[in-house]
Amino acid sequence: MAIPKFETFTSGAVPLEVENIDTDQIIPARFLKATERKGFGDNLFRDWRYDASGARVAAFPLNDPRYEGRILVAGRNFGCGSSREHAAWALADYGFRVVVSSFFADIFRNNALNNGLLPVCVSDAFLSEIFDELRRDPAARFTVDLEEQRFTIVSGGRSAEFEIDAYKKRCLLNGYDDVDYLVSIGDRIAAFEAARG
Amino acid sequence: MGRTLLDKIWDAHTVRTEEGGRCVLYIDRQYIHEVTSPVAFAGLERRGLPVARPARITATVDHNIPTVDQHLPIAEPESRRQVETLAANCARYGVEYFGMGDPNQGIVHIIGPEQGFTQPGMTIVCGDSHTSTHGALGAVAFGVGTSEVEMVLASQCILQTKPRTMRITVDGTLRQGVEAKDLILYIISRIGASGGTGHFIEFAGEAIRSLSMEGRMTVCNMSIECGARGGMVAPDETTFAYLRGRARVPQGAAFDAAVARWRELYSDADAVFDREYRFDAADIAPMITYGTNPGAGMAVDAAIPEDADRKALDYMGFSAGERLLGKPVDYVFVGSCTNGRIEDLRRFVHLVEGRHRAEGVTAWIVPGSKAVEAAARAEGLDRILAAAGFELRQPGCSACLAMNADKIPAGKYCLSTSNRNFEGRQGPGARTMLCGAAVAAAAAVCGHVADPREVFGM
Repeated sequence: MAIPKFETFTSGAVPLEVENIDTDQIIPARFLKATERKGFGDNLFRDWRYDASGARVAAFPLNDPRYEGRILVAGRNFGCGSSREHAAWALADYGFRVVVSSFFADIFRNNALNNGLLPVCVSDAFLSEIFDELRRDPAARFTVDLEEQRFTIVSGGRSAEFEIDAYKKRCLLNGYDDVDYLVSIGDRIAAFEAARG
Repeated sequence: MGRTLLDKIWDAHTVRTEEGGRCVLYIDRQYIHEVTSPVAFAGLERRGLPVARPARITATVDHNIPTVDQHLPIAEPESRRQVETLAANCARYGVEYFGMGDPNQGIVHIIGPEQGFTQPGMTIVCGDSHTSTHGALGAVAFGVGTSEVEMVLASQCILQTKPRTMRITVDGTLRQGVEAKDLILYIISRIGASGGTGHFIEFAGEAIRSLSMEGRMTVCNMSIECGARGGMVAPDETTFAYLRGRARVPQGAAFDAAVARWRELYSDADAVFDREYRFDAADIAPMITYGTNPGAGMAVDAAIPEDADRKALDYMGFSAGERLLGKPVDYVFVGSCTNGRIEDLRRFVHLVEGRHRAEGVTAWIVPGSKAVEAAARAEGLDRILAAAGFELRQPGCSACLAMNADKIPAGKYCLSTSNRNFEGRQGPGARTMLCGAAVAAAAAVCGHVADPREVFGM
């Protein structure tokens, strides 16, 4: 079952300059009760976006009309904590296609990649440059080129290369899915089992 | 060059390696629960696939269920639907399922070792980050997302990059009044909430070896709280004694044969780890957290560091430089996959025995499984608790993540033996301080943060 192909794009970005953003903040546990994968974007960062009365928190970047785009830029150690894939689903459902940080938690990184959401890991220094750029110009634009593994600040042209596992890169570019692949090597898995006894 | 324990188990389960280094890793056991499995089963259905190896899957309900009146239908409709969906999926695909009320039901990471499903040398996954718990028995066990749950349901394999290796050695002997939970909170406070990211930790050293199996599970459970993929302890006599006679391990001569194989599971003396840390058990005191990630821990009688994260302190209502001793406590939660085993309950109960719950403190004592609950009742722990003003509830994840009705109200302080103090983790606006059973017991009888060594003369 295919995931959407990842193509090069240019967009604005939403800055979230907080470190150690855990998956309980991305999507609180009380919203994990669905049995279908849809609608999680409404509750993305729920307790930061809305106050206890349900009113939008104006200062929160996702509520700030100056920022828009398919790129979320966040402080280091993004996605730590619970393994809930709902965090990746919520980000993708909200409309993000890329999360940029200087450090990603392992399980989140895998979950994102399995849902066509690209984690772009850059240096702390380059991350600061991106935040600076967005402070200077909230409408700043950025280009994400997966083929070239490059993230570019359009104004001024500064860019950084990012790493991605070769297999996952191929999956994202072609819209391949791991389950289809694993099922396709079923004979090999059965042979492995037989050899173990 | 010698190989680490992780290398030995990982390599023995690698079916093939993809370009770029991803491994097709064979999984010996997958645990599933109601929250992270429904979308995976829906994926199978859409693809028209069966569960590849149903005998290697074990299912239970834990995250969503109430911890009182479990004989009644679940009142909350969405929670009930998730539980019913899991039961239906298990029936349809032939997966063994321990539903609410079943004597084998419990928190997935409690029942796996308890029933002997988890064994040394295995690869184990579950759609839950605290799957690291099972590493205490010398298994490679790690949490995965729902897409990965689906991969394993469909193929019994997962695509995964081999983590780097880290060894954390704790020398010496834990001091009086210090427990496994303090040890792991101390380690996380030293290496930080992301200090283990990308790595798989092997815990070693005299202080680790001296822990019971249950203590080792507490330590491995929280490996994920420093970002590690998992944690493990090489199996030894403690492990074998724990497993002997459990329902799902080989019995009799077959068990002895298994032990002979398990004895080969250790890191070679000349194995090189990508990263090493060494700590001294004598430096560890009863611990408590003051911030909003598990790395923000300190000795219970210490002062909050001056450089503590301001946003976290604002949320908690604390100031840098102040002590937590004497701070009022509204709730005490004893339970979870971290501290919901019988030893944890015994420790708490024997400390509060003959005393009384402080006025104004709400305490939730939640066993990790039906078996733990039954053992607690058989030992009379429920009666001691009742005499001290506490109630033993029924098994589930409960206030650890507050998916059921067990929520800490906004602004209230909870001393919790669980694993995460994130903002809102125990309910919107809840303020969590993580600790072990003894610090929880001291708070429960004092009504404020207190040092168990003083309160109980430890």
